[in-house]
Amino acid sequence: MTRLLAGLGAAALGLLAALGRIAIFAGRTASHLVRPPFYPREFGHALMQVGYFSLPVVALTAFFTGGALALQIYAGGARFSAEAVVPQIVAIGMVRELGPVLVGLMIAARVTSSIAAEIATMKVTEQIDALVTLSTDPMKYLTLPRVLAALVVMPVLVGVGDVIGIYGGYLVGTQKLGFNAATYLHNTATFLQATDIVSSLVKGAVFGVIAALMGCYYGMASDRGAMGVGRATKASVVAAAVLILAANFLLTQAFFAA
Amino acid sequence: MIEIRGLTKAFGANHVLRGVDLDVGRGRSMVVIGGSGTGKSVLIKCILGLVTPDGGTITVDGTEVTRQPRDAFLARFGMLFQGAALFDSLPVWQNVAFRLLRGAGALPRREAREVALDKLRRVGLGPQVADLYPAELSGGMQKRVGLARAIAADPEIIFFDEPTTGLDPIMAGVINDLIREIVTEMGATAITITHDMTSVRAIADNVAMLHGGKVRWSGPITDLDRSGDPYVEQFIHGRAQGPIETLR
Ligand SMILES: Nc1ncnc2c1ncn2[C@@H]1O[C@H](COP(=O)(O)OP(=O)(O)OP(=O)(O)O)[C@@H](O)[C@H]1O
Ligand SMILES: [Mg+2]
Repeated sequence: MTRLLAGLGAAALGLLAALGRIAIFAGRTASHLVRPPFYPREFGHALMQVGYFSLPVVALTAFFTGGALALQIYAGGARFSAEAVVPQIVAIGMVRELGPVLVGLMIAARVTSSIAAEIATMKVTEQIDALVTLSTDPMKYLTLPRVLAALVVMPVLVGVGDVIGIYGGYLVGTQKLGFNAATYLHNTATFLQATDIVSSLVKGAVFGVIAALMGCYYGMASDRGAMGVGRATKASVVAAAVLILAANFLLTQAFFAA
Repeated sequence: MIEIRGLTKAFGANHVLRGVDLDVGRGRSMVVIGGSGTGKSVLIKCILGLVTPDGGTITVDGTEVTRQPRDAFLARFGMLFQGAALFDSLPVWQNVAFRLLRGAGALPRREAREVALDKLRRVGLGPQVADLYPAELSGGMQKRVGLARAIAADPEIIFFDEPTTGLDPIMAGVINDLIREIVTEMGATAITITHDMTSVRAIADNVAMLHGGKVRWSGPITDLDRSGDPYVEQFIHGRAQGPIETLR
């Protein structure tokens, strides 16, 4: 029993220590925002990697989820003759929760893992050391552009995801469930409020920062060898996913639990 | 110009450096020899601050390295890593010109490329490799690109970690001559790590042998053959029998 408690305590302390290190890492990253030199090329490259190349996966995820959501709400609503709420609930569900969370998780899978693997490999093959000897700060050259790119581009991705998710619901609603196209769109548009959209984009920005930061942090902290790279990648994705879900809860609380 | 006193470094229970003392004069070529795993790479990484020493002092030009402004300090150095450590996201010429393309006083891309091509030529690589990526090169070619990158900004102090391993004998000769030339003509200060006794004789003004975490013997190259030290004797003649254990 005491062993179990001691184990739990150690795990909790470990988690707090890791959070502390991540917070320091985030602070150091932010401090480079105001100190030149800057690396616009790296930033542009990161924008493409995080943003543009993620569009297909974001679109597919949102599309199928929006469609499935419409089917479920229709089936559920039918039990108390509330089938008509499909457009409204699809819109709210996508914009407030599913859009940001799913896009965040997809980015954790796609971007966090690739950032962590890339930086960890650089660490293991002494490329990070080489950067330092060439008077280039790895935080400035590798971390900041990626985090900044994710911050800028994730709200856009989430916005795209929201729209495509709603479109998925719209297609299912009008083609399969017999909704009138104009009414569906009208109900969607009038039901959504500014806070819904703002919360969606803010969540996107926060999740983007989390995803990129975790990739960089675990990459930089990786051990030597191929196993180190594997471990860093795995840990970064797990941490990013958990932190995104936790942050989502806190943000939902902040926006809607009035 | 580089003075190391009582340098110690351990990784956990592995005491790699146990009090290293070493002096390298300005414009001199120091070669560090020693068995595999004796801490030669760790030693030069300590000087550059890539590895934090546990104890001892390292001074460059009379000032302790930890007190020197980091950017200005590093700008004086060039370093060839043992594994070349090329940036695999950048083509060869941008690797070589990395420092020239960035920071204060950065050159325009065209000029930087010219310098890179020139440095590549000096390590025996033609312009056709300039636009390849490091992964497309052989191990020896990567090493030479690493060398070109180390000398690209004409640094005052250059560290070469095993510059000729993985090269054919002719190319090794070219690189030995290049290092010698950089020291004699450009007046650079060099520390070279090598296992290759031909290189030692071609490059060194002074030799230091690392063993057991300390400098076992050091002296001018002319004294190497009459060091009278059984460790040095065994090492330079590559004998399996002698005071140095072969299991380490
Ligand atoms: N970052 C590190 N973490 C843990 N141990 C390390 C680290 N770097 C080096 N070591 C250990 O330090 C010792 C010396 O390593 P070093 O790379 O300096 O050897 P070396 O003399 O350069 O050998 P070689 O001639 O084979 O390159 C080795 O036992 C190695 O395991
Ligand atoms: Mg070594």
